[in-house]
Amino acid sequence: MGKTTGFKEFHRETPETLPVTVRIGNYSEFYEEWSTEKAGLQGSRCMNCAVPFCMSGCPLGNIIPDFNDLVYKNMWEEALTELHSTNNFPEFTGRICPAPCEQSCVLNINEDPVTIEYIEKAISDEGWKNGWIRPLPPISRTGKKVAVVGSGPAGLASAQQLNRAGHQVTVYEKSDAIGGLLRLGIPDFKLEKNIVQRRVDQMEQEGITFITNAYVGRNVAIEDLRKSNDAVLLTGGSTIPRDLPVEGRDLEGVHFAMDYLTQQNEINRGDSIDPSERISAEGKRVVILGGGDTGSDCLGTAHRQGAEIVYQLELLPEPPTERSENDMWPNWPMTLRTSSSHEEGGNRDYNILTKKFSGQDGKLKHLHGVRLEWGESDETGRPVMIEQEGSEFELETDLVLLAMGFVHPEHEGMIANLKVELDPRGNVKTNIDKMTSIDGVFAAGDMSRGQSLVVWALAEGREAARGVDKYLMGVSNLPRSASTY
Amino acid sequence: MQNKYKHPDLPKPAKQGLYDPSFEHDACGVGMVANIEGIKSHEIVDQGLEALCNLGHRGATGADPETGDGAGILVQMPHEFFALELEHMGSILPDIGDYGVGMAFLPSENTEFEKCMKTIQSCVESEGMSLLTWREVPIDPSKIGVLANGSRPMITQFFVTPNSSLANEDFEFALYALRRKIEKSVENLFLSQAEDFYICSLSCNKIVYKGLVMAHQLQEFYLDLANNNFRSSFALVHSRFSTNTLGSWKLAHPYRYVIHNGEINTHRGNVNWMSSREKVFESDIPGRDAQELVPIIKNGQSDTASLDNALELLIATGRTIEHSMMMLIPEAWGDHIPMDQSKKDFYEYHSSIMEPWDGPALVIGTDGKKICAVLDRNGLRPCRYLITSDGLLVMASETGVIDIPPEKIVLKERIYPGRMFLLDTDEGKIINDAELKKGLAGRKPYGKWLEQNKIYLEDLPTPNPAKNYDQDGLPAKQNTFGYSLEDFRILMEPMALNAYEPTGSMGNDTPLAFLSDESPVLFNYFKQLFAQVSNPPLDAIREELVTSLVGTIGEERNIFKETPEHCRQITIRKPVISNDDLIKIKKCPIEGFKSKTISTLFNPNEKSGLKNGMDRVRIEASLAVEEGASILILSDQGVDSKNAPIPSLLATAGIHHHLIREGTRTKVGLVIETGEAREVAHFSLLIGFGAGAVNPYLAFETLKTQIETGEFSKNISPTQGEKNYLEACHKGILKTMSKMGISTIQSYRGAQIFEAIGLNEELIDEYFTSTPSRIGGIGLDELEQEAIARHKSAYETTRMNGTLEIKPGGQYQWRRDGEFHMWNPKTITALQHAVKNNEWNSYEQFAESVDKESRRLSTIRGLLEFKEVENPIPIIEVEPASEIVKRFATGAISLGSISREAHETMAVAMNRIGARSNTGEGGEDSARYVLDDNGDSRNSAVKQVASGRFGVSINYLSSAKDLQIKMAQGAKPGEGGQLPGHKVDEYIGKVRNSTPGVELISPPPHHDIYSIEDLAQLIHDLKNSNPSARVHVKLVAESGVGTIAAGVSKGHGDVVLISGHSGGTGASPESSIKHAGLPWELGVAETQQVLVMNDLRGRIVVQTDGQIKTGRDVAIACLLGAEEFGLATGPLISMGCIMLRKCHLNTCSVGIATQDPDLRKKFAGEPEHVINYFFFIAEHLRQIMAQLGIKTIAEMVGRVDLLDGSKAINHWKAKGIDFTNLLHDPEVPEGVARHCVTDQDHGLEKALDLELVDKARPALEHGKKVVIRKVIDNSNRTVGTILSHEIAKKYGEAGLPDETIKLKFDGSGGQSFGAFLSKGIAVELNGDANDYFCKGLSGGKVVIKPPMGSKFIPEENIIIGNVALYGATSGQVFIRGIAGERFAVRNSGAEAVVEGVGDHGCEYMTRGKVVILGSTGRNFAAGMSGGEAYVLDESGEFESLCNPGLVSLEQVTDPSDIKDLHRMIKAHADFTGSSNGIRILKTWDETLPRFIKVMPNDYKRILQEMKTPKSKMAASTDG
Repeated sequence: MGKTTGFKEFHRETPETLPVTVRIGNYSEFYEEWSTEKAGLQGSRCMNCAVPFCMSGCPLGNIIPDFNDLVYKNMWEEALTELHSTNNFPEFTGRICPAPCEQSCVLNINEDPVTIEYIEKAISDEGWKNGWIRPLPPISRTGKKVAVVGSGPAGLASAQQLNRAGHQVTVYEKSDAIGGLLRLGIPDFKLEKNIVQRRVDQMEQEGITFITNAYVGRNVAIEDLRKSNDAVLLTGGSTIPRDLPVEGRDLEGVHFAMDYLTQQNEINRGDSIDPSERISAEGKRVVILGGGDTGSDCLGTAHRQGAEIVYQLELLPEPPTERSENDMWPNWPMTLRTSSSHEEGGNRDYNILTKKFSGQDGKLKHLHGVRLEWGESDETGRPVMIEQEGSEFELETDLVLLAMGFVHPEHEGMIANLKVELDPRGNVKTNIDKMTSIDGVFAAGDMSRGQSLVVWALAEGREAARGVDKYLMGVSNLPRSASTY
Repeated sequence: MQNKYKHPDLPKPAKQGLYDPSFEHDACGVGMVANIEGIKSHEIVDQGLEALCNLGHRGATGADPETGDGAGILVQMPHEFFALELEHMGSILPDIGDYGVGMAFLPSENTEFEKCMKTIQSCVESEGMSLLTWREVPIDPSKIGVLANGSRPMITQFFVTPNSSLANEDFEFALYALRRKIEKSVENLFLSQAEDFYICSLSCNKIVYKGLVMAHQLQEFYLDLANNNFRSSFALVHSRFSTNTLGSWKLAHPYRYVIHNGEINTHRGNVNWMSSREKVFESDIPGRDAQELVPIIKNGQSDTASLDNALELLIATGRTIEHSMMMLIPEAWGDHIPMDQSKKDFYEYHSSIMEPWDGPALVIGTDGKKICAVLDRNGLRPCRYLITSDGLLVMASETGVIDIPPEKIVLKERIYPGRMFLLDTDEGKIINDAELKKGLAGRKPYGKWLEQNKIYLEDLPTPNPAKNYDQDGLPAKQNTFGYSLEDFRILMEPMALNAYEPTGSMGNDTPLAFLSDESPVLFNYFKQLFAQVSNPPLDAIREELVTSLVGTIGEERNIFKETPEHCRQITIRKPVISNDDLIKIKKCPIEGFKSKTISTLFNPNEKSGLKNGMDRVRIEASLAVEEGASILILSDQGVDSKNAPIPSLLATAGIHHHLIREGTRTKVGLVIETGEAREVAHFSLLIGFGAGAVNPYLAFETLKTQIETGEFSKNISPTQGEKNYLEACHKGILKTMSKMGISTIQSYRGAQIFEAIGLNEELIDEYFTSTPSRIGGIGLDELEQEAIARHKSAYETTRMNGTLEIKPGGQYQWRRDGEFHMWNPKTITALQHAVKNNEWNSYEQFAESVDKESRRLSTIRGLLEFKEVENPIPIIEVEPASEIVKRFATGAISLGSISREAHETMAVAMNRIGARSNTGEGGEDSARYVLDDNGDSRNSAVKQVASGRFGVSINYLSSAKDLQIKMAQGAKPGEGGQLPGHKVDEYIGKVRNSTPGVELISPPPHHDIYSIEDLAQLIHDLKNSNPSARVHVKLVAESGVGTIAAGVSKGHGDVVLISGHSGGTGASPESSIKHAGLPWELGVAETQQVLVMNDLRGRIVVQTDGQIKTGRDVAIACLLGAEEFGLATGPLISMGCIMLRKCHLNTCSVGIATQDPDLRKKFAGEPEHVINYFFFIAEHLRQIMAQLGIKTIAEMVGRVDLLDGSKAINHWKAKGIDFTNLLHDPEVPEGVARHCVTDQDHGLEKALDLELVDKARPALEHGKKVVIRKVIDNSNRTVGTILSHEIAKKYGEAGLPDETIKLKFDGSGGQSFGAFLSKGIAVELNGDANDYFCKGLSGGKVVIKPPMGSKFIPEENIIIGNVALYGATSGQVFIRGIAGERFAVRNSGAEAVVEGVGDHGCEYMTRGKVVILGSTGRNFAAGMSGGEAYVLDESGEFESLCNPGLVSLEQVTDPSDIKDLHRMIKAHADFTGSSNGIRILKTWDETLPRFIKVMPNDYKRILQEMKTPKSKMAASTDG
């Protein structure tokens, strides 16, 4: 490695962001780009550990020490090649990944970790800027056909891998645009959609066919896909949101987060929305239920829409700011995370159970909640929830966004038709090669793993591509990814 | 005499289990007395035997204290004696010279005995001689031990006469031929007692009496020796220390021509080369049929026996004994050595005929008339001699072996490294080295012959145009040969940039090659062997002058002749050659150098393609030889989709052995053109298996591409990069050779200093003949599959976009898709979580993951299962964990390699639980010997004594529970260490007695251990320094380690530690971490088997370490034979280590392996973490013990019957593994112990010191001054050390006031005189002393001078032996006389004045002052990084003798220096009466300018920096 003492000489620095007042005025990304020198110096902080925990923390198994060093040595194109060897879309993960790699970075034991994610973003930015990312069609075709159902991160990663292995890939997408969650779920201020589109363009040029408005199980029969393809890969995501079946749930003004976020993305791309369908936070008192990433996406969106005040309520206690004794490196820490959206405002509160909603004329007016205490664990291992006496409260609100996660994929339609085996949580069950209980049918991403990170979806997609390729060819030379380890 | 030994029926040590008798080593005391005039007398025989008795302490006994390892005597034919004897028997003996006497050991069983006699009879007759008579040699069997007597053969002499009168040489030749005939005929009888048949000598002018007896028993056993008529003008005597108990009668020395103290490291190669020469043997002297003599060397003999055979052959070719010895053991004659050109020519010419027999050696040989002594080039054995005024010559390993009045002595000398000594008894004169060699060098016009015939590679024309690099399809080629990105980045880049092999740290935790799924290259199946105990490794850097990489290739000719054409060969200065050089060889236009290139590609699509390929290459090679090629080039150029390369090592070794078998090997040189070799270990293997030169074309292409595409972190031209890379390769090869103590590539070539793991017998026998491979494994088919897999990855796999062209690797660093590592994110995380929160579940996760993975993927222990037993016991019945943990130790990690915080945390943890932590080799701060306020102790129980001897003072030794002699380290056996200057801060410098900021070097060998008997001496020294401490000897597993361990037990070691190859390191060359040493499983099993077989197990504790991580690992170690267990990496990980493997860079980010103050602050380990870990392991072990029905560790040791090696093997490559040898349980009589049951008998009760301590009571107790006078001799070893211990125990570091105890001795001091002498003791010795004089001096003062009445001139005569003041830390020494080699080696604080020194003076010195009032030998100040030396250079030669690597030479001008120098010389003159000293003081003004001050450069810089106020010491962090 070029610099053995980089970590002692330089401190962690992250890219500058636009001031909150500026950035909440629009839906654009707000990170300033790094100079290559800056990225290089940050790369030099990498210690090139003999046991790179970052690499094991990364579901994709990115060869992080190598590209850190290449960046330090100003060898950007080589860095891009190494990064691409494990990650099809570093420009996505470089923007939206919560970066478990950085948590497991060895420097994170007693220092600030290496800025792995920003380096990744810088590498992919350099790649696009310099035209190094070009279509890479397969060297030869196998004559095998594969259908990929769903164009989210898992679907895209698997499609690109399968195509590169020489198979003819068709991607079926139920909505009118390719990208799944990347396209419609993640707000533009985190991932601008041209960034997704240029990848889709590349893939199209590599020979992948994308079919939109193809809702397999509704307007496209899964049996047809099976018949006309040598293998089918299901990457439809985990789409059924967790609901809150309490009194007042039906009041106007209580929405699922994903509906809310999708709509804003559609508006941003120029769609017009029927006013009756419009969910806007403008001038409203907004309550977001759920303290995760989707919740924080809602928060950022609500501020951009001009909400009067935004609350984000979480059932669980407030996590500590530092790791607790039992929460040890290199594990993903159970600590309070403050996202860029949190920097922009809002009120977070914890230990709150929503008892009911109340309203007037079918319109939401109040949320009724109670504060909780958490007792000892019961026999299932979960701590017992105790309502604090006398802590009941009412919160005035006219928009509640349910951001409490997703339970499993949609069962109706495709899955039901296939009669594919599910796991106890309702996800599609797969073996080590990501094949389902049905021969030639594979599943990957949230559809089989349950809701998770984009980086996991990519890893699953790559792994499934390898499984499909092996199924079709007997052996696969596609590189392995995370889940078999 | 009644012997009490209980097991007289101990079986003979035949090959069994992991034991092979060929691993046997020995070392010895040797002696010779002679009348210079050649006057025969019985007195000479008596004096020889007296000398032998006084060397008795250099021999050894095994389990039976009365059975020695062997002793013997070689004398001239005692003609008068035999004449009378035969007369009594009714025969008439002809004149001397007209008969020969055979001294024979014959089988004791009657019919076999008779068969042998009959065979001898008929051979004598068929050779045209007559058998005059048989004579049963009279013996007294009651004088020898029961074991010896039990294995005693019949000892018989036979007398033969020629049927016509023959000249002496011709008769000797005829007797030689007769003996070979008898030996071959007896072999063909296939006797059950064949091993007992042996002809000690069959000669017309000399005879050997020897046997499995102790030195003092020889004379009483052989009654002949006492007879007054038994006369000779010389006697060669030898007392043997063999590593095993059950020595053998025939292995005693003398052999037929020589006695030898030392070891031939290149034995295997020498024997192979000799056998391949035999086909062309042809003598043109009538009556001498050379083919009758072959094979010259019997397989499986000891090194000395083989050397003796080789010498015998050379003498039979008509060469004189001195000529022959010069060929066998040449001195160093390389470019650095100033030497007469004619002598160089002599050596260079002969290097074309025979490679050196390389290794430490003092050989004294005789042809019956002349006695020739020679010392190896490195001077690694002592040889002292004296001459008296009445013509007596006494030569021996030690001075003082015969009591001679001082006034009779005219000369006291020693043999110098590489020098020879000849006594011609016919001429009655001694011929010195210079005269002798001048004569030999002038025999023939060697220089002219060389000029006419010798070709130097660099002089050959470069053909034009040379196609140099072929970068087409590079990635495919790289993949075929198994390259990874790590090869580029971790290995080749540092080599190309820095011209050094890369350094790494921590141990190897990847799978053995035979368990790896990553298609490892064949090289990885081999592990380098290395020197430990029985011979020393060399320091190829500091002692480079004795090494040579120069080799020759071309045809070797008939050894019976000496013609100009014999040197018609190409000299290659360094064995790894560039593309240009290869083309030069290929296209060499000169007659006689026809080369043939043979393609070593095979068809991967053909069934058994590899086998067929090898067969084809063999046929082509044979054909090429037949057609007159003198160079074979094995080339794997031309790899493509249809042609895969044969592994280059398979091709090389396969052809080498094929041609040896055909008897044509010496007709051709082998050059290997391969894309596969790229790192040091690869080149070493190819050369070690016979390659004369290697051209790594793909490595060059790769380098060039890497450089041109800017992949390297620094800019460098491709030409410079290649040059550096080659330099790094050559340094590395030299280092690999020197690990085994081999100095020249000529001897290393084909010496096969490797062991294979996981290759089956068939493969080994066919292609790697005689290489140890002890657990079976894969064969050619699996090798083929792996070769094909690599080839497929390059050519069959459609290259996929978006993937890397070359695999990332994973050998050196964990990679998710790379090689498996036992320490990986999962295991490290689980262990750290377990110990921090004391969570058993997390430990279980850790252990399960380690044990399971190790089973699947990694280690030998992983393949072993516990057997189900019928009677498991409840865990409650198993001994408690708190007892078990006492058997645990942490590894020897020095303060310096890790931080003070980490080091002390570990010590506190271990002390709290009654286990043992280890200082490592960095010394220890005496403040740690005081308890902390909370009762914790930071005093490490185990104090290591390593080659650097840093901080090894009497106080350090006296504060130990265990004293550990580190012979080798798992990560880098056979190598020394280096603590870079940036890790030596003020504190470390203080503890190590060195200067902060100055790099510290630990030499590869302990300079006081060149052999097993030296080790016994050091054990004795350490026991004296602290009689209550156990003395450990740390060894590293390799084939033969069990035999060494037996030697350790015999040398009275209390504990032997068998380290595995995978142990950690703070810094080591990557090739050593990866490619040297063996797993402890093999080492422990072999050790247990050999110790039990020899009944030596009961008196020694066996400890093991090396990647032990879990209770399961401990259980297996215990069942294989260990009772104590060491862990190092695990405890470090418990304290927070995350395996950065950056220890050598000082950048450990968790504050462990660093001295950087900022980083040290980050250390977060706690003693509790370490304690938790050890208790987890103990609990885990208890579970296994319960399951096996075992209550205590003691009953568990060595229970191999509880291990099952058959079940777990389902890995595709592990199928052929056979654990029969590993799990062998030797059959021994009931009652032979299988674990340690008793203490060693150290014999301290015989120590002179007990008397000294007694007489010094007033001083010890009350500080009163005491004077003690004694007469001593060389059997008084380690004088003053117990006394010093008593002082240290009471007074600690401070000792007593100077001269509180005065000791006045007369006589010869034994070895280690004044070792670790404490402050407060002043010694005066009137006489002389042996090796290791004042080693470890700890503040004492010693004066040594010749006795009153001496007639010789003191400043011209030797007074003390080799390696004086080794590792001295303080004190003063005044020596009126000359010292041997390596004076003041590693001195770190003592002051000394001496009149002259031998080679390598002041080597590795770090502190102290040495004044030399006379000449020095070569290589003065090598590796000297501190302290000062002043040399009076009156001859003006000093500059050429000094090694300028680290030092500068200056005039003495600084007033304080002048004052110091004057003070020391004045004291010297006052104390010793040195006339030299007095003269210098008288002529001070004239003499002062002739003094040269030797000043280490770094030391000077640091001293200056320290003088300049405020200049901060460079706490450099940039590694």
